[in-house]
Amino acid sequence: MISQNTNKDEAKRIIYSVNNLNLWYGKDQALKNLNFTIEENDVTAIIGPSGCGKSTFIKTLNRMIEIIPNVKTSGEIIYNDRNIFDSAFGVEELRTRVGMVFQKPNPFPKSIFENVVYGPKIHGIRNKKKLMEIAEVSLRNSALWDEVKDRLNSNAYGLSGGQQQRLCIARALAMEPEVLLMDEPTSALDPIATAKIEELIMELKKDYTIVIVTHSMQQAARISDKTAFFLMGELIELDKTKTIFTTPRDKRTEDYITGRFG
Amino acid sequence: MDKSMNVREVIKDNFNNKRHRGLEKFIPKIFLLAASLSVVTTVGIVCTLLFDAFKFFSRVPLREIFSTKLAPLSANPSFGILPLINATMITSLIAMCVAIPIGLTAALYLSEFASDGLRRILKPIMELLAGIPTIVYGFFAYSFVTPILMKLIPGLEAKNALSPGIVMGIMIIPMVASLSEDAMNSVPNAMREGAFALGSTKLEVAFKVVIPAAFSGIMASFVLGISRAVGETMIVAIASGSSKIFTFDITRSMQTMTAYIVEFTSGDAGSGTLGYYSLYAVGLILFVFTLLMNLLAQYITRKYREEY
Ligand SMILES: Nc1ncnc2c1ncn2[C@@H]1O[C@H](COP(=O)(O)OP(=O)(O)OP(=O)(O)O)[C@@H](O)[C@H]1O
Ligand SMILES: [Mg+2]
Repeated sequence: MISQNTNKDEAKRIIYSVNNLNLWYGKDQALKNLNFTIEENDVTAIIGPSGCGKSTFIKTLNRMIEIIPNVKTSGEIIYNDRNIFDSAFGVEELRTRVGMVFQKPNPFPKSIFENVVYGPKIHGIRNKKKLMEIAEVSLRNSALWDEVKDRLNSNAYGLSGGQQQRLCIARALAMEPEVLLMDEPTSALDPIATAKIEELIMELKKDYTIVIVTHSMQQAARISDKTAFFLMGELIELDKTKTIFTTPRDKRTEDYITGRFG
Repeated sequence: MDKSMNVREVIKDNFNNKRHRGLEKFIPKIFLLAASLSVVTTVGIVCTLLFDAFKFFSRVPLREIFSTKLAPLSANPSFGILPLINATMITSLIAMCVAIPIGLTAALYLSEFASDGLRRILKPIMELLAGIPTIVYGFFAYSFVTPILMKLIPGLEAKNALSPGIVMGIMIIPMVASLSEDAMNSVPNAMREGAFALGSTKLEVAFKVVIPAAFSGIMASFVLGISRAVGETMIVAIASGSSKIFTFDITRSMQTMTAYIVEFTSGDAGSGTLGYYSLYAVGLILFVFTLLMNLLAQYITRKYREEY
């Protein structure tokens, strides 16, 4: 059993390999010389104090950071053997492969159905039957289907916050991405909705590679395979979650997870 | 520490201060007075209009009113209102054909594509355009646009519906653009981010997310634009002339409802004559029309108000 596990670990494909990544907002450096690998079907949690660059980093992985004016980067992010900063790499293509879920649920002011099929639709799927199929599969995979199957045509803003967040997950899943980026996806939700999303993440990791930013140490411990600790724009430590929470190598990591941090 | 500086004491004193309470009751009454002033004026206008319009409607048979023959000053006068309504609709239609596409595109550009710095410069300039007196626009239509159009369209009359229609459209662009831009701007950025994260291009975000989300505000800007065009007076009075024929030919002169009122109030419609009362009838129709338009705009904003 144990040897089988290690075998699997070794066979894991590297999805992202971040090399010497620096990022500046104007003159302020927010990410400092990051080196990072993300492996297939892992849940990688990113923790660290407020303002340490977690959101900045996760938004760099799908180049959403470029929406903000005056952002400069250096270094490279290799995603499946290609540098995402290459001019040949279309940013839209990258974002269809790498889905994102935001801190606050942000459905479109459209029907539940239209929300889910938005992505497939703009990327050329017109067939009604196919869209319906996509909607059902995505909503089932985001554990929302049973709650909304009778009101697919009603406005998404009629859903509760937790349901809206699962709808946003469904919307991302509808693109059949390879990676899901989640920036504090449960911070606006109550404990029950949070538990549901966590359960969902455990389920989704079978098919997706997940990177999740969280402020909750318990959440990171519960759901992630790897945990990265950021501090002031630097990656202090990245290791198996178990290792980070039991025997961290860096004193600063230990201070942070034991709550002894400034 | 000085006793009079005690915060609790000061606050308590302040609460017991009678003058403070009096003002709290008195000032809102002044506000109410100011607010009711506009209501009272509106009611007054409506009453005047209704009263004198009634005199007109009671003396002229409905069949004549809804005819296409308008000859108020002939020996055998006829008061068909259709030529006026027709002219108003045609000039307004031309105006909206100019104002909607250009205004909407300008709004899209300002809200979705222009950098913050550029928007901060462009928007006030555009809004300045709305402050130009309409008589200037009228003059512009008559002495600048019409001559150009005459070169392009042989047979265009010196007074015509096309030129003031276009210029009215130009006048309304800032209004449509500014109101639409406000609506687009109030679409939360989180929504755009959601769309970008799904691999949308900027154009897709603009057309598939922002415009639908701002739909009610955009529609309301159109309706208010139409209302403005219908009520616009100087431009059409100057550049469209006073021909009372019933025609769909936009190269010809035609008189709108507003231009009719201008002609007769500045002319010699003797008080008490039918021509005099016809002004009130036309005024009433105009009033009802713009009122309906404004109600429609409100209805649209309420009915299609996006919840986010
Ligand atoms: N749009 C921006 N413009 C300029 N500086 C920014 C911008 N967004 C973030 N920063 C700065 O970059 C640094 C990292 O911010 P980031 O949002 O990535 O932190 P975070 O770890 O996600 O924090 P939190 O836990 O509070 O969400 C901070 O110092 C922040 O002030
Ligand atoms: Mg953050």
